Amino acid sequence: MAITVPRPNLNWRERLYLPAIVAGLAITFKHFKNMIFGRTKVTMEYPEQKWDANLPEHYRGAPALVRDADGRVRCVACQLCEFICPPRAIKMVPGELPRTDRFAKVEKFPEEFDIDMVRCIFCGLCEEVCPEQAIFLRKDYAITGFTREDMVHRKDKLLEIGGVMHGVVLKWNEKK
Amino acid sequence: MPDEPVPLFTVQIDGVWHQFPKGTRVIEACAQAGIFVPRYCYHKKLSSPGNCRMCLVEMGMPRLGPDRKPELGADGKPMINWMPRPQISCAQEVSEGMGVRTNSPLVKECQRGVMEFLLINHPLDCPICDQAGECELQEFSVEYGAADSRFLENKVKKPKAVQLGPRVTLDDERCILCSRCIRFCQEIVHDDVLGFVDRGSHTVLTAHPGKRLENNYSLNTVDICPVGALTSTDFRFKMRVWFLKETKSICTSCATGCNTIIGTREDVVYRQTPRENDHVNSCWMCDHGRLNLDYITSERRLLEPRVLLGDKLDSSDWNAAIERAALQLRHFPGWETAMIASARLTNEELWLTAQLARALGVDLIDIVPRSGPGDDILLSEDRNPNTNGARLLGITSEPGARLGEIAQAVKSGRVKALLALHENPIETGITAEELSNLPAFIVIDILENAVTEKATAVLPGFAFVEKRGSMINGKGRLQRLNRAIRGPGNARDDWEILRDLLQALGGSNGLYSIDDVFRQMSDAVPEFSGLTLSKIGDLGVQVLRARGALSPLAEAKETAVPPS
Repeated sequence: MAITVPRPNLNWRERLYLPAIVAGLAITFKHFKNMIFGRTKVTMEYPEQKWDANLPEHYRGAPALVRDADGRVRCVACQLCEFICPPRAIKMVPGELPRTDRFAKVEKFPEEFDIDMVRCIFCGLCEEVCPEQAIFLRKDYAITGFTREDMVHRKDKLLEIGGVMHGVVLKWNEKK
Repeated sequence: MPDEPVPLFTVQIDGVWHQFPKGTRVIEACAQAGIFVPRYCYHKKLSSPGNCRMCLVEMGMPRLGPDRKPELGADGKPMINWMPRPQISCAQEVSEGMGVRTNSPLVKECQRGVMEFLLINHPLDCPICDQAGECELQEFSVEYGAADSRFLENKVKKPKAVQLGPRVTLDDERCILCSRCIRFCQEIVHDDVLGFVDRGSHTVLTAHPGKRLENNYSLNTVDICPVGALTSTDFRFKMRVWFLKETKSICTSCATGCNTIIGTREDVVYRQTPRENDHVNSCWMCDHGRLNLDYITSERRLLEPRVLLGDKLDSSDWNAAIERAALQLRHFPGWETAMIASARLTNEELWLTAQLARALGVDLIDIVPRSGPGDDILLSEDRNPNTNGARLLGITSEPGARLGEIAQAVKSGRVKALLALHENPIETGITAEELSNLPAFIVIDILENAVTEKATAVLPGFAFVEKRGSMINGKGRLQRLNRAIRGPGNARDDWEILRDLLQALGGSNGLYSIDDVFRQMSDAVPEFSGLTLSKIGDLGVQVLRARGALSPLAEAKETAVPPS
């Protein structure tokens, strides 16, 4: 069913439009004046200036692998993130830790861990599904590269972005 | 077996009366009534030790009146006296008038309690455990267990990553002491190597001192392990099971033709596990067949058709290669041509091979027999999967009987064209020099070897996981292979290569799919009449009377069926 939208009945002053134009110009001149005297800034000069310090806690940037306070790569290559990832951005090759390793008890680690940032949609499901608190979405958002290959974050790059995470559950410590 | 009919007992399960033959275990009776009773130690092909207590149910016997006759209730059925304590359903057989309750509050409490005890010392390492995703402890914990653990103490430490044998790795912390693996080794393989040592919470599974779990059936213990305690050293940490695409197929490493499930992901085969078929392999398969997968990803796989141009074997496209090969074959009359076929080919491929032989007028054709030591369980002495198919389709009457004749004819120069299908002619006594002197030597194979370099045309085919087709096992059962992965490179399905060769020699033959080939074959071969590839089904069809003494599975001896 069609809905008829009532048009406003404009009087002659309104139909002239001039008062509205003048009012608008007044605002523009006000801003212009503030600009001239350095009292306001309209544009943030990215990338020289960034808003990074003000990003909210829940901001979802690039996913990254973290180490814990012991320096252990927390990922145990369970491949749940690979399974859950909607755009299939994650690929990993699991490996077995050597018996001599300090954390040999964990047995498994990711030999290769790739996240294709061309595919990543920053949904955060990998962080949500991770049973080991090993993958977190960090605040990096400017992911660039000249080739598709550049856009794939390998394990070392992911660990570099991730850094050390404090305050996570230490489930693999010796007592348990 | 006695001829008199087995008496039927009337049993009440969850309020509904059913009839079961005498000797049915209560847990199986429940399964037949459509009620699943959780279990860890019970396996239907093994004895019931009743040690996991997961299958507890409430049972009752008919109430007897003073005349020792069952008292009948208002519905005309016997009234039941329920026992005050739960019973294990795996070790109990049905009896007349028995009552079973599988979902009463008492049963649910028992299941929750048993789950809690089983999980007390079980490590929470599902993220690294290979069993995750197909773990009965995970499944029943969700279904019957409690959400939280009340256990605050430290868990018992046990050995991890113990090499029980060359192919099996044990994680003792994950073991729930169900003893399925012990009973499998005792009862099926008769190789009593596993056992429990130490007491209480510290009980561990281990191999007897000085012995290892190294029999040819060791990996079946990994399959029947309800948790991740026994893991396959080959598959360990390779891939999570929920990624695996499962394709029903059969093993082609011997004439038994064990039914299998091939687990693949993105065109890579990760594992092969047995699939239940009581006519063939029960629930088991041998390690030899299970791990015989390496060649599929071999570096030596033939990926491109190649033909001899001038004096060099050069890559070519398929049309040119088929044309070239057909030209070479057509150049020589039938009596100057010989064919070495293979009992590793499917029936459809052998059927087309026979047609090709007929089209060329070739009489000299045989398969290469392949044998090895067999055993009394599953492994057959005949290591070719489809010898019966080659016999039935007229490729050979006695495998290998004419190979000497072929070798002789090649040596004397009478045979000038040789077609080798998935076989290396060197093994039949033909020398490499004789092969390089042949004016036409066409190879259809999957792996490169010393003789492929001497060929005048090399046509790369598919391995068994890459093709659909049928084979007849040693007991005369027609079974189906299904395609699990795509073939590598520019290789092609063998039946297509043969079809195209036939077309190049004799024009269109109306075959567009593998089902067309089977249809054509079933029209001509009485044993296959009325069958299609789909009708073979997952469990196969008996088409031949069993030949010779092919060792049947010990526990399946009485279930062997006569040919239909």
